[in-house]
Amino acid sequence: MAETNRPGRLIVDQGTKPYLPPFMKLRYDKGRDRWVLLAPERILSPDKIAVEILQLCDGVKNVEEISGQMAEQYSAPVDVIQKDVVELLQDLADKGFLKAF
Amino acid sequence: MTDELKQNGHFESVTVDDEPTAGIEANDESAGILCARAPIGLLAELTHRCPLQCGYCSNPIELERVNAELTTEQWISVMEQAGEMGILQIHLSGGEPTARKDLEDIVEAAAKAGLYTNLITAAVTLKRERLEKLKALGLDHVQISFQDVDAENAERIGGYPGATAKKLEVARWVTDMGLPLTINAPIHRQNIHNVGRYIDLAVDLGAQRLEIAHVQYYGWAFLNRASLIPTYEQTMQSVDVVEAARERLKGVLTIDMVVPDYYAKRPKPCMGGWAKGFMNITPAGKVMPCHAAESIPQLTFDNAKDRPLLDIWLHSDAFNAFRGTDWMKEPCRSCAFKEIDWGGCRCQAMAMTGDPTNTDPACSLSPYHREMVAVAREESHQPVKPYVYRNPKNAAQTLKAKKEDAELTPAE
Ligand code: SF4
Ligand code: SF4
Repeated sequence: MAETNRPGRLIVDQGTKPYLPPFMKLRYDKGRDRWVLLAPERILSPDKIAVEILQLCDGVKNVEEISGQMAEQYSAPVDVIQKDVVELLQDLADKGFLKAF
Repeated sequence: MTDELKQNGHFESVTVDDEPTAGIEANDESAGILCARAPIGLLAELTHRCPLQCGYCSNPIELERVNAELTTEQWISVMEQAGEMGILQIHLSGGEPTARKDLEDIVEAAAKAGLYTNLITAAVTLKRERLEKLKALGLDHVQISFQDVDAENAERIGGYPGATAKKLEVARWVTDMGLPLTINAPIHRQNIHNVGRYIDLAVDLGAQRLEIAHVQYYGWAFLNRASLIPTYEQTMQSVDVVEAARERLKGVLTIDMVVPDYYAKRPKPCMGGWAKGFMNITPAGKVMPCHAAESIPQLTFDNAKDRPLLDIWLHSDAFNAFRGTDWMKEPCRSCAFKEIDWGGCRCQAMAMTGDPTNTDPACSLSPYHREMVAVAREESHQPVKPYVYRNPKNAAQTLKAKKEDAELTPAE
C-alpha cells in the first residue's frame, strides 16, 4: 500500500524505523534563515536539534539507534535523549507527518 | 544549546512550530518576520472556468473570461518569482485549474522553483494519465472538494450530474499513487447534517486531511446567503462533531475547520492579517492580499504582467492599505486583540457596513454586530430556496440587476 492510505495510528517506540513520507519536504529556507518542513497546507519550523533528528529518519535506523547517535553527538545520557526523540516523533506521527517501517 | 544539554541531559528544546498556511487560523508571531520579505503562501487562481456551478462559490460574480487569462509564460514567470522571493507553498486553484491545458507546464515551473505544489480541484474531468504526469512533474498534494456525501444532493448543489462517482474515483487514484489527499467539505445549511459522514468518507478514502470549510460569504455565496447560512444550533453541533472526531482520529486524519464567524464573539484573523503571509493572483493576473479583495472598490490592484511580485508585495497600495494596525478606527484601535485578529475581515466589513476600515461586524464590539447576528438567525430559519447557480449566464443577469446591497445600519 502507498504511504498515504495505510490505516491506523503509528505508535513510536524504540524499534520503530521512522521516515518522512515523500509528501513531507524538509528544506532550508534561505530567505528566513531557518529550516522548514513543508506539509499539506502546513509549514512546520523544526529547531536545530529536531532537524538533526529528522535527518536521521531514513526508514532504516530505528529509534534506539537514532537516539544513540544523538546522545553520542551531544554527550548526553541515551535514555533521556530517547524520551525526547520519541516525544518529537510521536507528535509528528499524530499529525500524519511521519511514517515508519 | 549543547551546553544546556550537558547540564540537564534533556534537549533544551525539541520543538516543531506548526504554522497553518491557509491563513484562517494563524496567529503566531513568526508571521511578523515573514511579512518583511515575502508571503509564505500563494493562491494562484488559474482560471474562472469550471464545469461545476456551485452556488456557494466564493469567486466574484463577475467571472474572468478565457481570453483575459494570463498566458503560460506569464504563469511560469509568476512561479519563478515566487520561488525566488521566498514563497514556500503554491495553491493551484480556480475555478477549475485542470481546465488549463498548460497546467503541466505551470506545475513543472512551480516544482523547479522549489515550491510545495497543491492542486485544488473539483476532479470531475481529471484523467488518470494526467494526474500521473502531474505527479511526475512534481505535484506534491491534491485537494478534492465534495459538495455533499449524498451523491444526489451533491450533484444538485454543484449542478453537475455524475460528479460524485468521478470524484471518488479520482480520490482513490490520488492515494494509490502515494500522493497525500485532502478532502474539502464546503459546509452550509444544505449539507451541514452530514459533517459526521464527511469524516467517515475522508477516513475511508485514506485522506490525510479533511477541511470542514464552513462557507465564507463572498461572491456567489454572499448572493445566496439566505439559502446557505446554517442556524446557530446546527453550527455548534457541527463543531462538537469535529472536536470529538479529532480526538478519536489522532494520527489517522487531520481535521482543519474554518468556522463561520457570524455566530462568534470575535472575528477570525482573516488571512492571518492583511498582507502578512498570503498573496492571491486572479486568472487575469491581478495580485491581491485575499481572494475577495476585489469587493473593496477603494482598492486598485497591480498586475503580475506589469510589476514584479516582490515589489507588489512590499510596496503596492493595495497591500499596504490595511497592513498592520495604523489604518484601524475604534473600537479596534484601542483594543487588546488588535494584533491577534487584526480587526477581522476587511471584505466582510465592506460587504456589511459599506466601509472597509470598520471593525468586522463579526466582532461583538462592532456597532453592526447585533444586526448581523439577527440577519443570520433570521435567514437561517427560512426554507431553502433554489439558489443562483454560478455560471456566466447568471453572472451577466446578476450584474445587470445589480441589486443594491442591503447594508446594515449601526446600533445607536
Ligand atoms: S466552488 Fe464549485 S463552482 Fe466554484 S470553483 Fe469550486 S467547484 Fe467551481
Ligand atoms: S474590536 Fe477589533 S481588534 Fe478588538 S476584538 Fe473586535 S475586531 Fe478584534
